[in-house]
Amino acid sequence: MVLPLTGVRILDLSRVWSGPLATRILADLGAEVIKIEVGGQADRSKTAIPEAVAKMMGTFPNGIPGDQPWNRNGTSIDFNRNKMSVTINLTSSGGRDLFRRLVAIGDVVLENYSPRVMRNFGLDYAALREINPHLIMVSMPGYGMDGPYRDYVAYGTSLEPQAGFSGLMGYPDKGPYKLGVAYPDPVAALHAAAAVLIAYWHRQKTGQGQYIDLSQMEAATALIGEFIVGYGLTGEVPSSLGNRHPYMAPHGCYPCQGEDRWLVISVGSDEEWCALCRVIGRPELAADERFADQLNRWHHQDDLDEIISAWTQNIDHRVAMRILQDAGVAAGAVLDAEEMAHDEHLAERGFFWEIPHPAAGTFSYPGLPIRFSSLALGARLPAPLLGEHNEHVFIDLLGLSREDLADLGHEGAIDLVSA
Amino acid sequence: MTARALEGISVLDLSEYVAGAYCGKLLGEFGAEVIKVENPEGDRARREGPFLNKVPHQETSALFAYLNTNKLGITVDCRKKSGQKILRELVSRADILVENFGPQLRERLGLSLEIMHEWNSRLITVSISYFGETGPYARFRGTPLVAYALGGYMYLTGEPDREPLQGPGPQPEYLGGLHGAIGALASLCSREHTGVGQHVEVPIFEAMVSLHQFTIVRYNYGGIIQKRLGNRYAWTHPITLYACQDGYVAMSASAEDQAQRLMYMIGMESLLEDPRFADGLHRLANADAFDALVEPWFRERSKEEVFHLCQEWRIPCGLVTTAEDLLHDPQYLAREYWVQVEHPATGVVTFPGAPFRMSETPWLAGRAPLLGEHNQMILGERLGYSMPDLVRLRQDGVI
Repeated sequence: MVLPLTGVRILDLSRVWSGPLATRILADLGAEVIKIEVGGQADRSKTAIPEAVAKMMGTFPNGIPGDQPWNRNGTSIDFNRNKMSVTINLTSSGGRDLFRRLVAIGDVVLENYSPRVMRNFGLDYAALREINPHLIMVSMPGYGMDGPYRDYVAYGTSLEPQAGFSGLMGYPDKGPYKLGVAYPDPVAALHAAAAVLIAYWHRQKTGQGQYIDLSQMEAATALIGEFIVGYGLTGEVPSSLGNRHPYMAPHGCYPCQGEDRWLVISVGSDEEWCALCRVIGRPELAADERFADQLNRWHHQDDLDEIISAWTQNIDHRVAMRILQDAGVAAGAVLDAEEMAHDEHLAERGFFWEIPHPAAGTFSYPGLPIRFSSLALGARLPAPLLGEHNEHVFIDLLGLSREDLADLGHEGAIDLVSA
Repeated sequence: MTARALEGISVLDLSEYVAGAYCGKLLGEFGAEVIKVENPEGDRARREGPFLNKVPHQETSALFAYLNTNKLGITVDCRKKSGQKILRELVSRADILVENFGPQLRERLGLSLEIMHEWNSRLITVSISYFGETGPYARFRGTPLVAYALGGYMYLTGEPDREPLQGPGPQPEYLGGLHGAIGALASLCSREHTGVGQHVEVPIFEAMVSLHQFTIVRYNYGGIIQKRLGNRYAWTHPITLYACQDGYVAMSASAEDQAQRLMYMIGMESLLEDPRFADGLHRLANADAFDALVEPWFRERSKEEVFHLCQEWRIPCGLVTTAEDLLHDPQYLAREYWVQVEHPATGVVTFPGAPFRMSETPWLAGRAPLLGEHNQMILGERLGYSMPDLVRLRQDGVI
């Protein structure tokens, strides 16, 4: 089947989450993604992992790292389906030459190194476009390709607060807080995937490649833009609302039956409020002046929260969600990992993809949350073993011989120990 | 004249609120022509503040102004026959249509997907909803809070011994919009091969669940149910927020060498000898004790001083910022990230600029439309409705 990006060859130098997620989306859409992995880098260093550490991380099958833990890490396997893997050492000049040869037959280069790295390698956009004038290149560092923080070290956990998120989150009595995922990473990944698609579209129309400069911090701030604009309109610095809302009420997180079980409810209309009153067995509250309309409910939220908690604490959170939703009230159980993995709606929708992997076995992974009416997407390839495609890429695609490969291995340009 | 990457692509944004709006905004900022179709009362985002000078007004909502830059604005009541006729004419001319009505409302408005694709076989429809249109939750009502909860983000956010926290603003809707844009763009590429459009569905619940780094894998592979840890991190320490004199820094010393350098930097390298703090796992297990020892150093200094000093020592550390901080941030100013947007109702206001920069087809700044601002241009000039007819449609509340 011809997929949207069938025939597009992407050279993926990225690591951790943001870059690999971007290229996973593009790979799911049909692109040929060649993951260029260097031994000793964070993503897949060939180091042994003690079993105690593996068990604590929980990302190895049943806690067993095995002989080749770099081929059995579930996070890596999750992010790298539908991709190929070669091992090129960019610190070797032979490795860089090999990379240049791939650029000549590639369409897209995507990297998230800190800004000096590709420049120091002589592999920045200015250099690569000499080799391939139609190249689309994406750089996605933490702070940005230029500016006073260009060379600063950034992780998602430090960028999220700096992009403005943490100042907007917290409890009424305590803050600031970070989200429990390194949120700038997936935000940058989604923007990068969109950027590549836009650049590819443009190139199909005009033949012209280009350079995409994506700062992860800038992409993140784009998703709290209305707070910045609001500050400009009001002169008031926005701050956290806890679990409340500027105007909806009740709106909050309520304790349910069991250990650390919660339900969120957000009521946006009088009708929904009346339905909630009926469901929790307090129909008389629908006529209570304190809660007569949204404004009044907003001002009496403390009372509302008490009333609702009195009901929720005696009921299972998914049962509560179902009862409330059936009555037309927006309610959601706060799901943990186990609950998400076994969620009946996700199961019926076939959201999780079961993907066998030669070194790790078969597990379920989130699929692509975009459904196309006339495309059948899925895992065409499991995540690659480290260097699994050295022969295919260097011999079949680049036309090197086995002797060439051996020489490159000896000189350290590639790592021949693949499987 | 700079090139526009999506020149010649026309997008009809029939959506309300955030998700579809951000999808349309992204496409419009890279050159598509985006027509925002609102009912005559206006998108409900117009009624959400903050507003200019805190006075509610349909033209001065920060949320609407931000999400609808670079769009033409028309009003059409799709419940009326004349409105549906107008929609049909617009749909026939569009490449991409974005909506979040849901199947029941689409039927009532005479805008079923089947019919729209019949009117225009090249049309790409993008439906962003909370749960998709099939499955046990298909008729559930979704809001950002509900999506933060079901999507697994809340269980991971906040203190372990109290209620979990939502994120800032409607992030789930933004993530839905981003996936919608990716789906629309991918469909454009497909259409080049097939000559026909298709339908794209983005369920926000699924988008959230797909955006976890470790959560699902740790459960499936290791049987571990990851739980929130306040501002701490599951596997090592110090990754947390530390209070300074005038705010907070976001310490992210995830590698052992980074943590060691931090100890030297703050003059507490003796802690490295303490078996309680021997490595990241130990420091995490004894985090309260560790933090009690190091926090005083941070509290004596300003956050800016700490941030820059850490970075000099190659320790990953960020700042906790407010909107005001960001507008003065040297990195954002040097990169010229902010743009000044002039709007008839708000005057000039600072907006975030490009979420990414393209060297040949740059991002376009723009403003949001006034309600019905382009009715005359689109319904009159393009669709050929006469002025008297437009007046009649206006009187009837169709536009």
